[in-house]
Amino acid sequence: MRLRARSIAILLLSTLSITACSSGGDDDAATTAGAASCAPSSGPVTLTYTTWIPNIEKVVDVWNKANPDIQVKVQTGPNGNGGTYANFFNQLKAGNAPDLGHIEYDALPSFRVQDGLTDLGSCDIVASAQSKFIDWTWNQVSFGEQGHVYGIPQDAGPMALFYRKDLFEKNNIPVPTTWEEYAAAAAKVKAAGGYITNFSQSDINQFAGLAWQAGAHWFGNDGTNWTVSMTDDATKKVADYWQGLIDKKLVSSVPPWTPEWDNAYNSSSAWTWVSAVWGANSIASGAPKTSGKWAVAPMPQWSAGEKVAGNWGGSSTAVFKTSKHPYEAAKFALWLNTSTEALTLLNKEANLYPATKEGASLPALKEGVEFYGGQPIYDVFAEASTQVKADFTWGPTMTQTYADASDGFKKAVTGQSTLTQALTDAQAKTVSTLKSQSIPVKE
Amino acid sequence: MAAFKLPKYAAMLVMAVFTLYFLTPLWWLFVASGKKDGQVTEGSPLLPDHFALGANLADLFHYNDGIFLRWMANSIGYTVGAALLGTLLAGMCGYALAKYVFRGRELIFNIVLGGVLVPATALALPLFLMFSKVELANTFWSVFLPSLVNPFGVYLGRIYAAASVPDELLEAARIDGSGEVRTFFTLSTRLMAPAFVTIFLFHFVAVWNNFMLPLIMLGNERLFPVTLGLYSWNTQVNQHPELRALVLVGAFVSLVPMVIAFLSLQRFWRSGLGAGSIK
Repeated sequence: MRLRARSIAILLLSTLSITACSSGGDDDAATTAGAASCAPSSGPVTLTYTTWIPNIEKVVDVWNKANPDIQVKVQTGPNGNGGTYANFFNQLKAGNAPDLGHIEYDALPSFRVQDGLTDLGSCDIVASAQSKFIDWTWNQVSFGEQGHVYGIPQDAGPMALFYRKDLFEKNNIPVPTTWEEYAAAAAKVKAAGGYITNFSQSDINQFAGLAWQAGAHWFGNDGTNWTVSMTDDATKKVADYWQGLIDKKLVSSVPPWTPEWDNAYNSSSAWTWVSAVWGANSIASGAPKTSGKWAVAPMPQWSAGEKVAGNWGGSSTAVFKTSKHPYEAAKFALWLNTSTEALTLLNKEANLYPATKEGASLPALKEGVEFYGGQPIYDVFAEASTQVKADFTWGPTMTQTYADASDGFKKAVTGQSTLTQALTDAQAKTVSTLKSQSIPVKE
Repeated sequence: MAAFKLPKYAAMLVMAVFTLYFLTPLWWLFVASGKKDGQVTEGSPLLPDHFALGANLADLFHYNDGIFLRWMANSIGYTVGAALLGTLLAGMCGYALAKYVFRGRELIFNIVLGGVLVPATALALPLFLMFSKVELANTFWSVFLPSLVNPFGVYLGRIYAAASVPDELLEAARIDGSGEVRTFFTLSTRLMAPAFVTIFLFHFVAVWNNFMLPLIMLGNERLFPVTLGLYSWNTQVNQHPELRALVLVGAFVSLVPMVIAFLSLQRFWRSGLGAGSIK
């Protein structure tokens, strides 16, 4: 089903790029008109907001009751790559995009490149809210440009190590704090009849989080030109490391988000998972038989004593270029993503982990979690969230990049290729895709 | 004697194998829909245990204020409405092309036939832009109106009308003073009934399964057909695993109207296809 979703996404995007080419010059006029003003509208305003957060209506209702003059109509549908991003692009073209949209960090650059977003940098309320957000999340929405903001950070996916406390203790394996120790533990786990983890065969997103931790810079933009470096030293280090584990058959490799994957964890075949904060829920519902036996530790480090975490996922609330009420839209987006009442509800209803500094101390994120033996696991993630490197940027064609890299990864885990080769190929294809879409790229 | 019977047994065997082949996934879906909390990997995949279909159905019907029932109703609305009206339009068009001689008849027919070759998926985006222009995108009509079109139905209608409605009969009706419209509805529709059922069934299946058009047209969840609704749940299974159970039960429930339509109309379909080919 994931594959199908991806092929649909590609199909949608390819039809899109055809129409994008024929768009003509009317875009420039809209740019200058939209960017400058962030003045409040006079009179009552109705905003539309498209997202795929389950039960978002309950959160928006709270806002609507308190703000009779700024009513928000919410629409939900499939997730971004499942069709909603393609719809956003179509709607931008047709002029009926919603005021606000849910966009993941890795998709934000593609909307920026297509000039679909309102720059909220000139909104005072937005600029003054910057200090509320964890630094790296702000970089994800400003792309490091001072005075420019293309969305309000919503949630984050700081990564940590989920591990089977009971099995590690029973087999006298110390909990790894470095990747070296992790590889040593992998051999011991194999000897005890398990796999240290499952290296999901087509999940490039997890790998991106691991590379992010190691200091990779896959994409860069100097103001005009993009650079693509998916095979920089940091990425190669991570790829070689996992290639080693795959070659020694120390990891299993079932596809992610499938019943097989659940089963690998439920049957205690896989013992750890280096994953994002939202992964806590994935294990709990996928592997109910292992309840109470898990614990969470910080991500293993590349050098002992370091404190660096990766990030996997996370999204923003963006205001589209076509919105006539950017001030009110920004106001709502800020409330949605910084107010305690909204963050509490988003966490309760949809398991979102806030991108704000204060968000980490929501009461719900301080409690012990039964599935993890009562450990207050979110403390680990709160710390990890402050340790994510701020200078990682996504590229403007991630759907294609992910698809190409995933294809290569699938071959790598089955022994027909290597991870480095997959990344080299994805790099070349990304550069040619950028060129084919007339996005300036420096080789 | 045994040698003569062998082919019959062989045919039965092949059919039995295929029946099993087609029914196993359905059976799996039924068993999986009954599993508690969507624990698909728990227990045997093909033997029901801890059977909780009732509870799962209740969850499904109550999730998000019963949005699933709304989707089912939408699907039935889009499908039955578009299939009925579309069948009538296609039947009339095919009948006219078969029974009236006028300039450009073959040209029109060939253009319609060309329409069969254009995949509906390719038309979804241009349709979206057109409907956006007239501010009908994201409405019931944006899915309903394009679903009325059925070029293959026109083709079937023409072939069938040519074969089953004798010109002499129409001639007789005219002499008796019946107008063309009245003749069509009282006489020709009856003669063409099997063709209508066939067109209706094809159309029903096509609209029910149509996915790309609603995906692109609709943003309002309350207008979704059940296919799109289940798909949108399924895209969130990664981060909201509790939805997996709902997707499974929902997929199972969404099959029911299709099964009903087939079982109640299949004998017409059979005779329709057969009759058309002999004449």
